[in-house]
Amino acid sequence: MMHELLLDVENLSVDFNTEKGRVRVVDGVSLQLARGETLGLVGESGCGKSVTAQTIMRLLPTPPSHIAGGHIHFEGEDLAMIAESRMRKIRGDKIGMIFQEPMTSLNPTQRIGQQIAESLTLHRGLSYRESLPKVMDVLKKVGIGNAVGRIDQYPHELSGGLRQRVMIAMAIVCGPNLLIADEPTTALDVTIQAQIMELLQALQRDLNLSILLITHDLGSIAEICRSMAVMYAGRVVEKGGTAEIFATPRHPYTYGLIGSSPRRAKKGEKLLSIPGLVPPPGQRAKGCNFADRCPNVLEKCRSVAPDLMVMQGREVACWNPIP
Amino acid sequence: MTALIEARGLSKHYPSRDGASLVRAVNGVDLVVNQGETLGIVGESGCGKSTLARLLLRLIEPTSGKIVFGGEDFLALGKRALRQRRRDIQIVFQDPYASLDPRMTIADIIAEPLEIHGIGTSASRKAKVLELLDLVGLDPNALQKYPHEFSGGQRQRIGIARAIALEPKLVILDEPVSALDVSIQSQILNLLMDLKQRLGLSYIFISHDLAVVEHVSDVVAVMYLGRIVEQGLAEQVLGAPLHPYTQALVSAIPAMDGKKKPQRIVLAGDPPNPEHIPSGCPFHPRCRNVMDICPQVLPLLKPEQGGNVACHLYHSITPLR
Repeated sequence: MMHELLLDVENLSVDFNTEKGRVRVVDGVSLQLARGETLGLVGESGCGKSVTAQTIMRLLPTPPSHIAGGHIHFEGEDLAMIAESRMRKIRGDKIGMIFQEPMTSLNPTQRIGQQIAESLTLHRGLSYRESLPKVMDVLKKVGIGNAVGRIDQYPHELSGGLRQRVMIAMAIVCGPNLLIADEPTTALDVTIQAQIMELLQALQRDLNLSILLITHDLGSIAEICRSMAVMYAGRVVEKGGTAEIFATPRHPYTYGLIGSSPRRAKKGEKLLSIPGLVPPPGQRAKGCNFADRCPNVLEKCRSVAPDLMVMQGREVACWNPIP
Repeated sequence: MTALIEARGLSKHYPSRDGASLVRAVNGVDLVVNQGETLGIVGESGCGKSTLARLLLRLIEPTSGKIVFGGEDFLALGKRALRQRRRDIQIVFQDPYASLDPRMTIADIIAEPLEIHGIGTSASRKAKVLELLDLVGLDPNALQKYPHEFSGGQRQRIGIARAIALEPKLVILDEPVSALDVSIQSQILNLLMDLKQRLGLSYIFISHDLAVVEHVSDVVAVMYLGRIVEQGLAEQVLGAPLHPYTQALVSAIPAMDGKKKPQRIVLAGDPPNPEHIPSGCPFHPRCRNVMDICPQVLPLLKPEQGGNVACHLYHSITPLR
């Protein structure tokens, strides 16, 4: 079952310098993604999922961010250790990334074709003219018809769905093995969301791409990810097969998160809700970060933070999990 | 059941940016909300759902059409009478960060509608504000704080407290939980359902999230390019949709059990632009059931299987004699 690991994040911790001193935002996160697989990283705002993704890509400036510990193993290298000059060769070539808001991630003053060709120029040394066949080809791959007409357009001339396709084209034009998708459909309408999810699935299948999908939307995880990890307040609290976690969530937070969705509830019935708020970084206790909101809380939870423990084929960080 | 608010043929057209054409944001909408009912309005960006909300409040004036509120011609009201009547219709906006004045304390924000309408003495208003805070589940020590000191979910509670301060009959909720995290969403949805029961409110619940709309609504209307294309009981419209557009919307919701849905209808193309509405049925360029008649004749909303649907698949046109 376990294929060769493409990405192995090991005990990654990320700190930020703030006015109140150094604050841990990502705390000992471990994630494994096999070649050709899709891993979903789910959590609510402020849980550290995007910081995790951006740290893998080494997009965060130091300072204010610091990798405080851990490793990011990717194709025989540790991305947590390598120099920025080496990272520049990996970013956009071996790892592609797409973001939530295509309008703010695309350059408004540059034509679509040039933006897509940019990484070919950077990584392959091709001129714009030389990269054109590849640009046309990748536009076709992401389902943009009339490529000849599109390459001379500017981002503002495209709809949200097309812009997201252009972003995906930019991310995969060099043929990366790993695609990191950070909330790729959040800003899009439902019917366009469906198009983009189908596209990601097709690309994964056809190009044997591994995808790390970061989202707050449990639905899209359920849709395309075989395995998933749930983050809460900087830590992974549950990790395992998607179908199994949806069927029998073990961590009380996962249980609450899945239960809060009206998709699961009976009509008109009260939704399951998690009282209280996520503790902001810097105000996290030494015990389990979820203890204050947890219905299953024990004495121990407030003093000692649980590590991930293997439990029936999955990992759960909880002293009192749901059996 | 008595109709609380009723709109007939409601339209709002704007001149386009270049002035050459018309943007038909809302186009001949009929709707009824009965006392104690929740009407859910769903649709994608640009379908006109938020414009419709603003029309129903008369925050903007319609190009044509009629609104009857509580048996009274709402559009005929003069300035002063309108202000009086607005006590009965309130709105909660999507973005709790943008809809609260950052320079006002929570106490002032919630008391403002009471002051504007000259209700009670300063002491009784204070008491009322405390009561409202409690009703929406906020701590009394919130009173002297400012909006930036609250999280998104708490701000939405403040927005709700402000909206119900005047004891309105109808509350329009325009994407009230879209900006919130799932676990906070469910807190707010529970609060809204609870308040509806305790205060006998009616809601118009506008959202692009079908699961949320299905959960809270009695009746659902689906909008596409300024028109209602399907309308009926929530279970029916979202459980067994008739219009091909509703079918596609419903099938686009990912299943939550980790299993893939058998058939998913992926709509081609983008949600079209209200500046260039296609001829005939506005949905025909994206419809998988398109027929010869569709680009030519606009289908009207007609009764079908207990609901209403605007689609040529269901009603054959009367032959010309």
